Amino acid sequence: MSVEGKASACPALTFQELLLRLQSFWAERGCVLAQPWDVEVGAGTMSPDTFLRVLGPDPVAIAYTQPSRRPADGRYGENPNRLYKHTQLQVILKPPPQDIQEIYLESLEAIGIRLREHDIKFEEDNWEWPVGGAWGVGWQVMLDGLEITQFTYFQQCGGMDLDPISGEITYGLERIAAFLQDVDSIYQIVWARDPKTGRAVTYGDIRLQEELQLSVYNFEAADIDKLWEHLRLYEAECQALLDAFHQNFKAEKTTERHEKIHDRLVHDGATPPEEAVREKLRRFPVLGAYELCLKCSHLFNLLDARGAVSVTERVAVMARIRNMVVGVAKAYAAQKLGTGAA
Amino acid sequence: MPNLLFEAGMEEIPARMIGAAESELTERVVELLRRERLLAGEHEVHSYSTPRRLAVQVNGVLARQPDATQEMTGPAWSVAFKDGQPAAAAQAFARKAGVEVGALRRVTTPKGDYVAATALHRGRDAAAVLGDFLAAELAALYWAKNMYWRPLKPERFVRPVRWLVALLDHRVLPVEFAGVTASNWTRGHRILHGDAAVTIDHPDDYVGALEAAQVTVDVALRRHRIRKALDLETRSLAGARWREDSALIDTVTQLTEWPSVVLGSFDREYLELPEEVLVTVMRDHQKYFAVENAQGKLEPCFLAVLNTHPEEKGIETVRHGNERVLRARFSDARFFWRVDQKTPLEDRVEKLQSVTFHKELGSYWDKTQANLRLAETLAALVANRGIRVDRAALAQAVRLAKTDLTTELVKEFTELQGIVGGLYARAQGLGETVAQAIYWQYSPAAVEDPIPATIEGQILGVADRMQTIAAMFGIGLEPTGSKDPYALRRAANAIVKILAESGLPLTLADLFEPAPSGFSVEANEKLRAFFRERLEFWLRDVRGFAYDVVNAVLAAGSNDVPDAMARAEALTAVRGSDDLAAIAAAFKRIRNILRQAHEKGILNPGQDTDAASPDLLQEPAERALREQALKLAPVVEDLRSHRQYREALEQIASLRPHVDLFFDKVMVMVEDEAVRRNRLALIAQVLSAFSSIADFSELVLA
Repeated sequence: MSVEGKASACPALTFQELLLRLQSFWAERGCVLAQPWDVEVGAGTMSPDTFLRVLGPDPVAIAYTQPSRRPADGRYGENPNRLYKHTQLQVILKPPPQDIQEIYLESLEAIGIRLREHDIKFEEDNWEWPVGGAWGVGWQVMLDGLEITQFTYFQQCGGMDLDPISGEITYGLERIAAFLQDVDSIYQIVWARDPKTGRAVTYGDIRLQEELQLSVYNFEAADIDKLWEHLRLYEAECQALLDAFHQNFKAEKTTERHEKIHDRLVHDGATPPEEAVREKLRRFPVLGAYELCLKCSHLFNLLDARGAVSVTERVAVMARIRNMVVGVAKAYAAQKLGTGAA
Repeated sequence: MPNLLFEAGMEEIPARMIGAAESELTERVVELLRRERLLAGEHEVHSYSTPRRLAVQVNGVLARQPDATQEMTGPAWSVAFKDGQPAAAAQAFARKAGVEVGALRRVTTPKGDYVAATALHRGRDAAAVLGDFLAAELAALYWAKNMYWRPLKPERFVRPVRWLVALLDHRVLPVEFAGVTASNWTRGHRILHGDAAVTIDHPDDYVGALEAAQVTVDVALRRHRIRKALDLETRSLAGARWREDSALIDTVTQLTEWPSVVLGSFDREYLELPEEVLVTVMRDHQKYFAVENAQGKLEPCFLAVLNTHPEEKGIETVRHGNERVLRARFSDARFFWRVDQKTPLEDRVEKLQSVTFHKELGSYWDKTQANLRLAETLAALVANRGIRVDRAALAQAVRLAKTDLTTELVKEFTELQGIVGGLYARAQGLGETVAQAIYWQYSPAAVEDPIPATIEGQILGVADRMQTIAAMFGIGLEPTGSKDPYALRRAANAIVKILAESGLPLTLADLFEPAPSGFSVEANEKLRAFFRERLEFWLRDVRGFAYDVVNAVLAAGSNDVPDAMARAEALTAVRGSDDLAAIAAAFKRIRNILRQAHEKGILNPGQDTDAASPDLLQEPAERALREQALKLAPVVEDLRSHRQYREALEQIASLRPHVDLFFDKVMVMVEDEAVRRNRLALIAQVLSAFSSIADFSELVLA
């Protein structure tokens, strides 16, 4: 009966309407809408739009949906609540506005949740991504006993203290859609409804095949040797880029900087050496190195789901990926600082 | 007399931290008032908290600090006054004391004459003082986890502070913290009251104004209302009651400002799942209360505590939503249960190779092998000492004990490790002995938990923990100070409790003997000291024996846990008697005499155990003591060997008149070396003969 009551007052949003509604909500509040990052990530946080943009002092207001892949969570499309790939809506606000919680609650009203008819709680839940040297404190937002959002104040990223910090809001879109539509299986979620015929296209229509086949691939078919080989190649390339970065720019110490300025004054050449260095720094593909990290991370998750990672390897590989990810974050911060990009 | 209200409003504080923070803020504010002499003799203190606020109200604050005088001593008179005229030093001192030069006095001290003054400190206005100091007390609160939120990171706090109320009667105090200036308005319930400010005219209006804004600030009242609401909702089910859970009550009390309760139900078919799983999902994951019938069996119902009073339609919506979530959780659990059954525990042993126990100590497979060796050694000892052990079942239980770490159900509900293994063992027909031992392996987790009921479960529990502790000590990972990352103290407490209560004929030394090869002497020493400390903790903090009784008992032996307990009980029973007190005093004296003799080189350590020669005993008192001691020693020894400690101690106490007489009549440290040595030997003999139950010299006598 509650379902009908709800439906008559405000028809439940389809999956795509939910997505559009939340995006317009945040766009109206000054967020830039970005597209999903097109490299596999395990969470919206790992997208450069979060992981790298939270670094440094520049203000950020950005929102994007991010399909997030977790190979080990695949269930061949048989479990009604679990997915290999789920969709997050990620909002990053740096610095977080004072009324960030109130704005967030308004966003729930915007998707048809009348708060006075529900129970909402902010329960402590701190977030941590050790591989990214990143953590924050915050809450899981509980709506009638369902965790619908992870709300985090980022404190550290890439092992570096953040100042200013960022507020991160991550909506679990499948959960929210299933809640709004009151269905027991994610696959029953109405993704879209034809405006003319009213015919519903479900989440299952769009994604079930992918869940099944990628579960088979992740758990059974992926070629372990080749995965290791891919991981090795991506890692080597990323490491080479990081090494090059350090060789070229690590020397940027105060004394040498002074020498360079001195050079410039004395030589007065056509291209001032400091400008050249700055330009070289600006062009350096730190973002390329980060994408290689993401590749490594995803391959590692695949190998893990495949049961191919032994105890000792696990610790060692995770430490290596962590070094790369943190190395990239540091390089990114140094690049921002060195090029004076605001 | 004015009343003070101080409230700090913030984004939701973690429930687990609120209680301690409320008490700490209250103590700090009261202490501040006391320190600043602003607390009236008669005063009342109230403290409040919700997820969004901490508040303190003090009724009976002085409007001003009382004036105070201070006696000050300044420079030497001769320096301050030259020819009776005040010099620069006198001027400076008068300024410092805040008095006229004419008011300076001359005081005479043993060190000479000095200038003195009586300084008058004018009391300050309470509002000014509180304005200066209140914010610092808030800022100083301890939080288990802090955060920064403002640019340039000016302060760390648990969550962003959003408003402050600081009132002295009707007056707003000038308090500022984290960029927030105190006012006389607060906030009501986030949803039901919304953004409108709630004005507090006077501290006395605080509770009422917030109650009107759908916030119950009094924690005890909120807790009471939740209990009443749980009772009320359960009443609709005949014969049912909600399962008492005070920790969960505390949690939901600190998650709500305006609580209500909704009763939900789930499909009866889920009752096929083990109760442990259902309760864990409800309690730990959803913070729901379980409902049981008169026989204690679960009903297919739950109670959820809400942070709102939804309207009629809302109640249905909220109930429906919570039921939906629980259904999904249960359906997951059932899915995992079924999937797990496809791989029996036996087939999971090899999978433990890929579950890390510790990076230096290897996998759970390695640990299982070590556990097997230790459990078998202990089982053999126990069996040799006449206790029946099903050694085959024990070995199977140990081998399978950790296999549930590879199950989906434990990956999902880690708090059910052990329990799930036990349930699976039963479902797979491995027999009750095996199932029970696996099921109870992690109990006791806290000191108040029960020990495993079966011998096999007890041995598994002891062996598993002992292996962990010894292995960690072996690689230098023993707990230090407040750091105990592997919870080894808790593990050792559990071992002590099992040994104390099980009747297993095992001593602590029995557990140390099979230490892994390559175990250093230092590590072994540390291990012994560590367990002695845990035994001390057990006797003193858990069993409540007086600390001197514990010291006395452990000084006489700390290897056998139940024996140490029996001795502590006996000593506690007799320590009040005058005779024993006198014995204790005499033994303390003996110990001092012997120590001094050693220090002076009169006696070498070891020599004092030489038997006293009867021929050299001159005085009747020393002869009597020797005879009585010789007579009593076998009696006491016999009682001791039968663990009749109380009777043994009473026998020792009967020595009192002889001891008293001895010290009354006989001088030990006489000139004659042979006599002196002989007397020293006598008292040493008495001491050693009667100190095997407890070292009485450790007793602290009133």
